[in-house]
Amino acid sequence: MTSAPHRATRAPWLYLAPALVVLGGLLVYPIYQLGLISLFQYTQAQVSGGEPTTFEGFGNYSALFSDPEFWRVLLATVLFAAGCVLSTLAVGCALAVLLTRVRAVPRLALMLAALGAWATPAVTGSTVWLFLFDPDFGPVNRILGLGDHSWTYGRLSAFFLVLLEVVWCSFPFVMVTVYAGIRAVPAEVLEAAALDGASQWRIWRSVLAPMLRPILTVVTIQSVIWDFKVFTQIYVMTNGGGIAGQNLVLNVYAYQQAFASSQYSLGSAIGVVMLLILLAVTLGYLRLLHRQGEEL
Amino acid sequence: MNLLRRPWRLAAEASALLIALVVAFPLYWMVLSAFKPAGEIESTEPRPWTLAPSLDSFRRVFGQQDFGRYFVNSLVVACSVVIVSALIAFLAATAVTRFRFRFRTTLLIMFLVAQMVPVEALTIPLFFQMRNFGLLNTLGSLILPHIAFSLPFAIWMLRGFVKAVPEALEEAAYIDGASRARFLWQILFPLVLPGLVATSVFSFISAWNDFLFAKSFIISDTSQSTLPMALLVFYKPDEPDWGGVMAASTVMTIPVLVFFVLVQRRLVSGLGGAVKD
Repeated sequence: MTSAPHRATRAPWLYLAPALVVLGGLLVYPIYQLGLISLFQYTQAQVSGGEPTTFEGFGNYSALFSDPEFWRVLLATVLFAAGCVLSTLAVGCALAVLLTRVRAVPRLALMLAALGAWATPAVTGSTVWLFLFDPDFGPVNRILGLGDHSWTYGRLSAFFLVLLEVVWCSFPFVMVTVYAGIRAVPAEVLEAAALDGASQWRIWRSVLAPMLRPILTVVTIQSVIWDFKVFTQIYVMTNGGGIAGQNLVLNVYAYQQAFASSQYSLGSAIGVVMLLILLAVTLGYLRLLHRQGEEL
Repeated sequence: MNLLRRPWRLAAEASALLIALVVAFPLYWMVLSAFKPAGEIESTEPRPWTLAPSLDSFRRVFGQQDFGRYFVNSLVVACSVVIVSALIAFLAATAVTRFRFRFRTTLLIMFLVAQMVPVEALTIPLFFQMRNFGLLNTLGSLILPHIAFSLPFAIWMLRGFVKAVPEALEEAAYIDGASRARFLWQILFPLVLPGLVATSVFSFISAWNDFLFAKSFIISDTSQSTLPMALLVFYKPDEPDWGGVMAASTVMTIPVLVFFVLVQRRLVSGLGGAVKD
């Protein structure tokens, strides 16, 4: 990076002021409030002013941690997110490589189809996938000869259906980004590897993957963050968390606690737990960047 | 760059086309079902074509009270978010790339960390904040949070584009007597426009997709609601009106599709530019 010419002290802050005001008021302050609410007793009675708010300390957290439901949902969230991230990355990277191997027409077709999936709003994607897998009117069961098998009835198959939708709408980001990255790798490097007799897999593992590492880190982190907080798809596709809450993930669980049961403090405590988990992931990412010697 | 021998390349091209079909199939089925007459949608032997396309489902959707208004509301929300966050992010990205100042690195790390905040978790405090400011049941309660949430990523992404503009250009502008403001808006801004376009895709999608905030903040005045809510009028889990759902889904997806096709080139090169750095 070239050195910046300005050492002015006031100008940068002037430029930053709007961003800092917006982020301070709508991101930082709400985070502070979230932490605060999680430490109080805050239910419908307090919201309507019928009862005074009382300080609970970590009472909400101990209630949460002693609830087996919370641990079950946490485990489901982590496993579901991991499944989504791994599938998205595998599909996205494989198709990015495929894109570099084909001529213009198939490339454009795949690119446009992927952009279509990417552009589909989460609510729409969710209802469309439900319709595709509908036990009575959907084409998928006909094609697979499954009769009137209901995908949303079983816990695992419902999670699997949501996972398919999530991968469908999020692999394009990975594919397009990695494809742009591969295109930036000089062709001679790849040709040299091919001339040396390296297999496709070997080229990917020993040549492309190391060169693409910064990009792969970015798409992995973005996927972890997106998939860990999937809300709309679970909410719409499993009708608010599945039969008897079998498909709840932390986000939907927090929403149900807060807005359906008016347990705002418990909902906030779940929010804080999510925040801390994602913060840990972020710090890990920053350390990784630091080790790779990236300059901010 | 053709590293594959002919039969392999043909196989690769065939699979690319096949995968494109599979990926596009849900969208095809959505549009097809939107145009199917009622009897065909509720058929237990669904056909991948229709012989009697009908506009009934669309009539039902637009006949529903306020659907047009929901559409406009969604558009207002998404466009406000895109424009305001692009402008704010442009200024911030300029500050962190073209100036050296105390806390610069700290700020950058904060922008990075801010991207990881699970915004859904902030629904509860934001709900109370919006209530205190009297913004519940207004589009403002959807616009403001989305501006904040799309900013960190937008700043992070624009950084690469601002950095790519040579310093010499800036010095030349000043020597020619341009003011700093003039350089900012008449020289730098047009140069990073491709980056702004790529960035807008992300803010547009996040605002257009918004489901949770619309569900939580627009509670009593449904005339201020947005498209996802209108869509769910037709989707009753026990007895969905699939024709209506698919027609509403089609109407909701098309603006984003159009936007994507328009910026397609710039999006791909934009992502390349942002990640190359």
